[in-house]
Amino acid sequence: MAKPLSLKQFVAEVKKGNISIVEHTEKILAEAEQSNQTYRYFNLIARDSALKQAKEIEAGIKTGRHKGKLLGVPISVKDCICVKGIESRAGSHILSGYTPLFSATAIEKAKAEGAITIGKTAQDEFGFGTFCNNVGIGFARPLNPRDRKRCCGGSSGGSAGFAALSKLTHTSIGQSTGGSIACPASFCGVVGLTPTYGLVSRYGLIDYANSLDKIGSLGKTVEDAALLLEVISGYDVNDSTSLSEEMDELGSVNPSNDLRVGIVKELFKGCDKPVQKECRKAIDKLEKEGATVEEISLPLNAKFGIAAYYLVSTAEASTNLAKFCGMRYGLHERLEGNFNEYFTKVRSKGFGEEAKRRILLGTFARMAGFRDAYYLKAMKVRTKLIKEFKQAFANIDVLLNPTMPIVAPTFREIEKLSPMQQYAMDLCTVPANLAGLPHASVPIGIHEKMPVGLMITADHLQERKMVQAALAVEGLR
Amino acid sequence: MAKDVVDKPLLLRVAENARLSLTEAEIKKFLPQLQEILKAFSKLDSIDVEKEQPSFQPIKLTNVMREDRIKKCLSQEDALLNAKNKKGGYFLGPKVV
Repeated sequence: MAKPLSLKQFVAEVKKGNISIVEHTEKILAEAEQSNQTYRYFNLIARDSALKQAKEIEAGIKTGRHKGKLLGVPISVKDCICVKGIESRAGSHILSGYTPLFSATAIEKAKAEGAITIGKTAQDEFGFGTFCNNVGIGFARPLNPRDRKRCCGGSSGGSAGFAALSKLTHTSIGQSTGGSIACPASFCGVVGLTPTYGLVSRYGLIDYANSLDKIGSLGKTVEDAALLLEVISGYDVNDSTSLSEEMDELGSVNPSNDLRVGIVKELFKGCDKPVQKECRKAIDKLEKEGATVEEISLPLNAKFGIAAYYLVSTAEASTNLAKFCGMRYGLHERLEGNFNEYFTKVRSKGFGEEAKRRILLGTFARMAGFRDAYYLKAMKVRTKLIKEFKQAFANIDVLLNPTMPIVAPTFREIEKLSPMQQYAMDLCTVPANLAGLPHASVPIGIHEKMPVGLMITADHLQERKMVQAALAVEGLR
Repeated sequence: MAKDVVDKPLLLRVAENARLSLTEAEIKKFLPQLQEILKAFSKLDSIDVEKEQPSFQPIKLTNVMREDRIKKCLSQEDALLNAKNKKGGYFLGPKVV
């Protein structure tokens, strides 16, 4: 079957009147519904609202009202990002029935350019996972499009799985705290782009860890994912951590073959040999095409990244999740007992196993007597790790390393891992996320018939360089 | 850090602070897992950060003040739409005393 049209080609054809948005939306909804019976990429498929929106846009085009960069493009949205009128649960039972009264800024921006939300994608509960295996109570874990015995990667697993499986033009809005866009992109063989912290507004995101969360994009190609990122980025008065920088034309950047590239030696060493080999092959080709390649050492990030990340993220998560108490929205119980008894009952019923584990870990790290030794120490280590990155970027444009140390594991393999062994799998993605650096994962090879992703990290707000390098890497295939 | 070992009484205190009620099976499962995690994290003991400031954000942010203007916000009726326990235009909560 022919490759689907890129977002830009699709929009051009829509504008010429060669594609009916309503028909295309019907087709992708049918594809989502049919594939969901097996692969479970969606927690919810928004058939009625998607078709309503498609009809409105189609009518608007005829009268000249609609012109956007994503005219009629279907987007899937990670469950933790609020869409007005569509149940948004962040993959958690505790948010059962929660229907947002407003959309996240990223969704509003995409909608203003003509994008159509087709559904909410599967994820680890609140983003708490590397494999999209830690789904909330009553949710189904998504299956890898290449091998159903294997996971999609987490936590934006449904977004990556559907981006890989769909035969139609489509792109997805995901979210990363410690690698939740790059990891599933790598495991499913698609492109994932995570921006600088603050480039995309977090308004309307059901947060995991507020100093780490970033909304980003996933798609079949770098160009598609970059165009979506261009659309959703930009200052937002509703997010106090929003940056004022604009990323105009990110979707029109050209590849660059003369970049100065740093290979992170410690992160390579921590990966399976076949994964290393595939990544080395791509880098060798990149060098032949004109890139300047040198080895870079990030010993502190490699050694302390995981510990610092998990302490910071769980500490923040434990406070962010305190608001889920069975009042105002989500899971409710009969009002019995006092405040503490009621909250405890709802929370104990509503949170899944990994959510409880991380809440406990984060609560411990913030408790009197332990706070300085754990939470505060991790925050200071974070400063040191950011400095180490900044030194590296003094001489190079982008850093390269495997996105994940392994290819997508089987569910049986995952079950054998302890929580700490699972956390350790985030070795390569956690440092850039802790430092808020923009990064891409681009598929570059195959091992055991499963895709291998190469991670490209740039300095803060150097999204253009990240996309230039990602396009160059993509062009090697 | 390495000397801090989570035992059952401490785990129960943490759970109480987090408003979680753990079953015996959960305690049995979580206790060794948290011990393993904290043991691995104790490697942070070996890095000297005395002179470092904590990074509460990964990128330098400048403080911004918005104009103090009255604007439309969520109506009381809308704010209650997602609540099941409500009465007379208010959220209904568990008893305080």
